[in-house]
Amino acid sequence: MKILVCMKQVPQKDAPLKVNDAGTWIREDVQYEVNEPDAYALEEALRQREKHKGEVVVVTSGPARAQQVLREALAKGADRAIHLEDDKFVGMDAFNTAKAIAAAIKDEKFDLIFTGLQSDDYGYAQTGVILAELLGWPHATIIMQIEKTDVGIRVKRELEAGYFQFVDMPTPAVLTIQSGINKLRYATLIGIKQAKNKPLRKVPLAEVQSALGENLQTIERLYVPQKTKKTETIEGPPAEVAKKLVDKLRNELRVL
Amino acid sequence: MPDTILAVVEQREGKLNRVSLETIAAGQAIAAATGWPLEAAIVGAGVAAIASEVAAKKLAKVYALESPRLEPYTPDSFASALKQFLSSKQPKLVLMPHTYQVRDFIPKLVTAMGSTAITDSIGFKHEGGKLLFTRQMFQGKLAADVGFTGNGPWFATFQNGAFRGDKSEDGSAAAPVETVNVEIPEGVVRNKPEPIFKEAKQAVDLTQAEIIVSVGRGIKEQKNIEIAKQLADALGGELAASRPICDSGWLPMDRQVGSSGQTVAPKLYLALGISGAIQHLVGMKGSKAIIAVNKDSEAPIFEIADYAVVGNLFDIVPPLIEEVKKAKG
Repeated sequence: MKILVCMKQVPQKDAPLKVNDAGTWIREDVQYEVNEPDAYALEEALRQREKHKGEVVVVTSGPARAQQVLREALAKGADRAIHLEDDKFVGMDAFNTAKAIAAAIKDEKFDLIFTGLQSDDYGYAQTGVILAELLGWPHATIIMQIEKTDVGIRVKRELEAGYFQFVDMPTPAVLTIQSGINKLRYATLIGIKQAKNKPLRKVPLAEVQSALGENLQTIERLYVPQKTKKTETIEGPPAEVAKKLVDKLRNELRVL
Repeated sequence: MPDTILAVVEQREGKLNRVSLETIAAGQAIAAATGWPLEAAIVGAGVAAIASEVAAKKLAKVYALESPRLEPYTPDSFASALKQFLSSKQPKLVLMPHTYQVRDFIPKLVTAMGSTAITDSIGFKHEGGKLLFTRQMFQGKLAADVGFTGNGPWFATFQNGAFRGDKSEDGSAAAPVETVNVEIPEGVVRNKPEPIFKEAKQAVDLTQAEIIVSVGRGIKEQKNIEIAKQLADALGGELAASRPICDSGWLPMDRQVGSSGQTVAPKLYLALGISGAIQHLVGMKGSKAIIAVNKDSEAPIFEIADYAVVGNLFDIVPPLIEEVKKAKG
């Protein structure tokens, strides 16, 4: 089974974010990490390779710093990596990102492509499905389980309110993976050492430029959201906070 | 051709998904701002009854897109049917609710049409003739006003609860309903879905709880959940959790609150060590009162909390349990 995992580097969850002077993006002087759903997608790919043999390739599009995500993936066990490297990938919409990935992998023959179900920075949940449409492949989203069958795969889709659905699909296919599908592994010291010798192919923007177009949507402004809710802060040492809260529970919320 | 707005509503097993009323409310608000007429479409097999139900709303027209191949739902069939219809109808703006089903096909549909979707919007602005959609970014820490650069058709999906379904206006008369039979050729549909099901027995129905004490990653270890349980017991409430806690198996899935779990609106929701990721908030922002305890003053949960305690839950919860017990006598 040859599996491609699309991974994104996003600001760390607790990174303090500041809007840039232009008011259109964040100031980039923050710490970054791998998009959490993508880590689950990688883990799932590694498990499928353990079960069915094959190859796991990871790809990311982003500036030089995004290489860290690929290094970590290789250290966890991915076989090789592709880095669409350019600062301009940061501002690209999902359509162009998918087009760039499709162009970078045009000579490869994957059986499956995984993405996380959405990114923790934009949260659009689109790139994987767009990629499937560009490739002409079937897809399924928010996947919690994958089994190989004689004619393709059988996947478990997560729906709202605790519902699920099994779907039979042919391969090749694109799947967007839900967090919690598995338990993430840690990279071992040996893995980190081995990662240094694994192939990492850099793809410059110029190589895929002809496949791309203008962004079809644009962020007019990025800002700290205005609070609409009136929040009362309860302050003081813990014992005092506890007394104040109980006072609210009894007299204002009337739940005691 | 004048610009129109089309709200694509959602049905499952012959019933209208109520979140569609929020989409109609959103469409009506945008129609009022832009002056563009609002129409609606329902996609499926045998959807005449739902189309009639939708036609009671204040809409210029309702379309029922019919094909036996549209039941059960698959992304191939829905994208095919809507692409055909939208290519001929050519609305300027297409709106949908940001459901798991819409997420499954809308990126495919817009790509097939050479267009784009602004997904999971929480509102819109109409400024100087320009339509912008507001979205939460970085898990709610920042907001973005996003606009379209192309000619359209433009697509946007709205987050659950961004508009109120009960605010959708009824029409003074039923809107005309037109059935559009779509042709979906053999071989287009590649996925074979089985019937949907609920996993395992549901031991607790959180939607019935009046008080919920919910834990997030801030609880740090499974054994610490015990103090949250003690607080829930003292208050006479139920224990719940955000997704990561259930993914780790620390609490069963029927305790999960969020887009994939339960949507709750209790009298009191006490969030302990929950940061307030969007997927969690959509499941509890309708709560009558929200108390949040988190040591990060920037945590998005504080945006929707009625009472905020910026502090360590391990310091706060034990004395709180004592005070609650004292108060209850």
